[in-house]
Amino acid sequence: MASDLTKLGIAEARAGLAAREFSAVELTTAFIGAIEAARGLNAYITETPDLALEQAARSDARIAAGTAGPLEGLPIGVKDLFCTKGVLTTAASHILDGFTPTYESTVTANLWRDGAVLLGKLNMDEFAMGGSNENSYYGPVVNPWRRDGDSAALVPGGSSGGSAAAVAADLCVAATGTDTGGSIRQPASFTGTVGIKPTYGRCSRFGIVAFASSLEQAGPMTKSVRDAAILLGSMAGHDPHDSTSVPLPVPDYAAALTGDLRGRKIGIPKEYRIDGLSPEIAAWWERGTAWARDAGAEIVEISLPHAQYALPAYYIVAPAEASSNLARYDGVRFGLRVPGKDLTEMYENTRGEGFGKEVRRRILIGTYVLSAGYYDAYYTRAQKLRRLIAGDFERAFETVDAVLAPTAPSAAYAGGEKADPIAMYLGDVFTVTANLAGLPAMSVPAGLSSEGLPLGLQVIGRPFDEAGVLNVGYALERAAGFSAKPAAWWRG
Amino acid sequence: MSNLIQGATGAWEIVIGLEVHAQVSSNAKLFSGAATAFGAEPNTQVSTVDAGFPGMLPVINRYCVEQAVKTGLGLKAKINLTSVFDRKNYFYADLPNGYQISQYKDPIVGEGRLLLDMPDGSTREIGITRLHLEQDAGKSMHDQHPNLTFVDLNRAGVALMEIVSEPDLRSAEEAALYLTKLRTVLRYLGTCDGNMEEGSMRADVNVSVRKPGQPFGTRCEIKNVNSIRFVRAAVEYEARRQIDIIEDGGVIHQETRLFDSGKGVTRSMRSKEDAHDYRYFPDPDLLPLVLDAAWVEGLKAGLPELPDEKKARLVADYGIKPYDAGVLVAEREPADFFEAVARGRDSRLAASWIMGDYFAMLNRLGKSVTDSPVSAQALGELIDLIADDTISGRIAKEVFEAMVETGKAPAAIVEEKGLRQVTDTGAIETAIDEVLARNQDKVAEYRSGKDKLFGFFVGQVMKATQGKANPAAVNDILKAKLQG
Repeated sequence: MASDLTKLGIAEARAGLAAREFSAVELTTAFIGAIEAARGLNAYITETPDLALEQAARSDARIAAGTAGPLEGLPIGVKDLFCTKGVLTTAASHILDGFTPTYESTVTANLWRDGAVLLGKLNMDEFAMGGSNENSYYGPVVNPWRRDGDSAALVPGGSSGGSAAAVAADLCVAATGTDTGGSIRQPASFTGTVGIKPTYGRCSRFGIVAFASSLEQAGPMTKSVRDAAILLGSMAGHDPHDSTSVPLPVPDYAAALTGDLRGRKIGIPKEYRIDGLSPEIAAWWERGTAWARDAGAEIVEISLPHAQYALPAYYIVAPAEASSNLARYDGVRFGLRVPGKDLTEMYENTRGEGFGKEVRRRILIGTYVLSAGYYDAYYTRAQKLRRLIAGDFERAFETVDAVLAPTAPSAAYAGGEKADPIAMYLGDVFTVTANLAGLPAMSVPAGLSSEGLPLGLQVIGRPFDEAGVLNVGYALERAAGFSAKPAAWWRG
Repeated sequence: MSNLIQGATGAWEIVIGLEVHAQVSSNAKLFSGAATAFGAEPNTQVSTVDAGFPGMLPVINRYCVEQAVKTGLGLKAKINLTSVFDRKNYFYADLPNGYQISQYKDPIVGEGRLLLDMPDGSTREIGITRLHLEQDAGKSMHDQHPNLTFVDLNRAGVALMEIVSEPDLRSAEEAALYLTKLRTVLRYLGTCDGNMEEGSMRADVNVSVRKPGQPFGTRCEIKNVNSIRFVRAAVEYEARRQIDIIEDGGVIHQETRLFDSGKGVTRSMRSKEDAHDYRYFPDPDLLPLVLDAAWVEGLKAGLPELPDEKKARLVADYGIKPYDAGVLVAEREPADFFEAVARGRDSRLAASWIMGDYFAMLNRLGKSVTDSPVSAQALGELIDLIADDTISGRIAKEVFEAMVETGKAPAAIVEEKGLRQVTDTGAIETAIDEVLARNQDKVAEYRSGKDKLFGFFVGQVMKATQGKANPAAVNDILKAKLQG
């Protein structure tokens, strides 16, 4: 029974709870068992079973009283980048040792308002920096998927690797992630799950440990497009505590899912056919294009001439902001402190020990590109490129309603396979444009690679047209009929 | 008036520019709702935003923006309808975020001006370069423990206006006048209380010297000087130090210095070589600050009358001297007090009473206009008694002292003490006749040309009448009788 319940996503679990087929406590208990059996995946940094059961009991009471919220009794995993009141929050970094916030992020507060249950905090790349989830102080997350006939551990993608793995391995009904350069979409692609990064400003950043403030957004990671629509509806909304949050009403995203793309134009950016794009990825892209056409869309070739500069621009802007955002981790007020003979040495010791290699690398890059004498050569030019990239999309959206592209240039790979940071950064080549332009973008599983690994397709939309993006994703999901699940080898 | 100072090689000119940090009068901090009261227990006025906790975001306090705009308008400055908040990155134990949110390239207020009221009654215009908003840092206390530093974040995030002047000031005295006038304007506007002893206003003083007519010399910046007296002392010391170095064949290196108020000297803090690279960039947590032109106009229309305008009006409406008007408007309350006394009365008499006996009394008692024992109405009544010849100016001084002591109305004091002026010419004549009769020898001397003795006779008559005789009547009658 328990293993069956964990297969449920938001929509089915909600229906089952409403029909009293099972209780929220039973549902939660099933997930707690699944999490215990899956510790080998290292998806959770912190498990909160007692809290989850308490919340579930309250949900059952509300369901009985007829006052259930839209997410009532649904057990959810939360990326450890979201501050959760009274629950350890680490951003997967040693430097946040023992940090238990006295406040709740707005996004998670919205989830609890709507009745969701917290199963625990999900593993990730430290401070959301990484594309493979190998940068966590708490150790790498293992992708539930394996290559056909091969037991080698694969990465789940990053930085929301724990969220992706937890959703794929049925360790929660859904999870939250954050996406700064592809951190929701790329792991979704690697794990056969659905993830959407909403428009910048759609979800509050309040209470999310900041990495690159002008690029990052929270978003749902789910088992289906419908689930993504439901969860995003709860996460989104204006927040006066975040000056960059936008005062717009949140549409009923689930209601927008028709799968009918008649009258819609889908753009195929020619610049995304990069040199060395694997023929397999190209083939799935072709198939996705055909599915969109079959759903009634008109396919239009478009040009995003500055897309080729997105990756370098991103790897200047993001580290620049990170170098400043991470300056507060100094050992003075919270988290790790490593003593030194004076203040400067205490800073140096704390930051040297507290931050992992990738975080230190990006802080140094960011400090360098902002420093006197290099500012104009790097930061100013990157900001100009950013405007040009956004302009490309604005022009494209005069013609098309959405853009279709691959999510990632490869399927999941083995840990340690991309030791060169540049090779790792190239994994973001298709995703960073949406962050630089602030656009909504999602990844939907398309099918399995020749090695039996999931591959995703990416849909990018106009600002605040999450509904349109989700509907294209829904059409693709229906056409793809993707129903593969990883073999549950981790249960031993 | 020459500001030049003499060195061994001739005259030198001091060039001064000031950067004043003025704490915005507001109940909440610039980017958080935490309180800003002075003197609270350490770390009791700190929100998780001020303390730089993970995930916390700044939200601009609209009232602080309004205060900055009002200050800009008061300084006759250009209000920039779009301004940008930047991050100034550096590490310090009392800077919780590892950066300060400030304005760099695009400040909220652009060029303006401030008029100095010079001692000779003239005015001198000093250029304002800009005003920008920024957060204050916390406070590190190094004297609480032998090897620990304590940090108090109560001030962290408090809104400051940094008001930067052009290098237009030419003497320590002008620097002091500038600060005094700036404080007056801020207090009129109600945008900063100007309490330097509480740290609400502090100045970074840029000083250089040059031979008159030469280009600017290399400047040194003296950080965080916290009283007008110290600014004056710091400028004087620093200018002399620089002149001595140059005249000894040395060169001035650009550096940041501290003023040691105990020894009255400036000391090197850090050289330009290890000056910080602050890595400014636009704060991605805050959108550009965009102001509505109509809103700014509304603030402009609602500004109080400022000291320069008030001074001009007092001179025009009341006919008092510009210098007196300047003294009266230096604070709002004395100017209001003057107007309350002078309205409908002899305004010059009112001015001379306020600036003379009344201010002397406040000084003596250590009181201010607001807690003065003599109200505007009471002083006005006293002046009325002088004007209608009930008492003389001399008797009025006696009445005034009694008013200060007893708090009674002047008319009551006059009646009680029988100080009413004698204007009855018969009584005055009698008194004069007696004085002349007693001093026949002096009358003869006077008549033989010793005019100076007139004062002696007046004094005797006043003495005889216990000062109550109307002085004009005494003069007239005495003159006639002496001429015989």
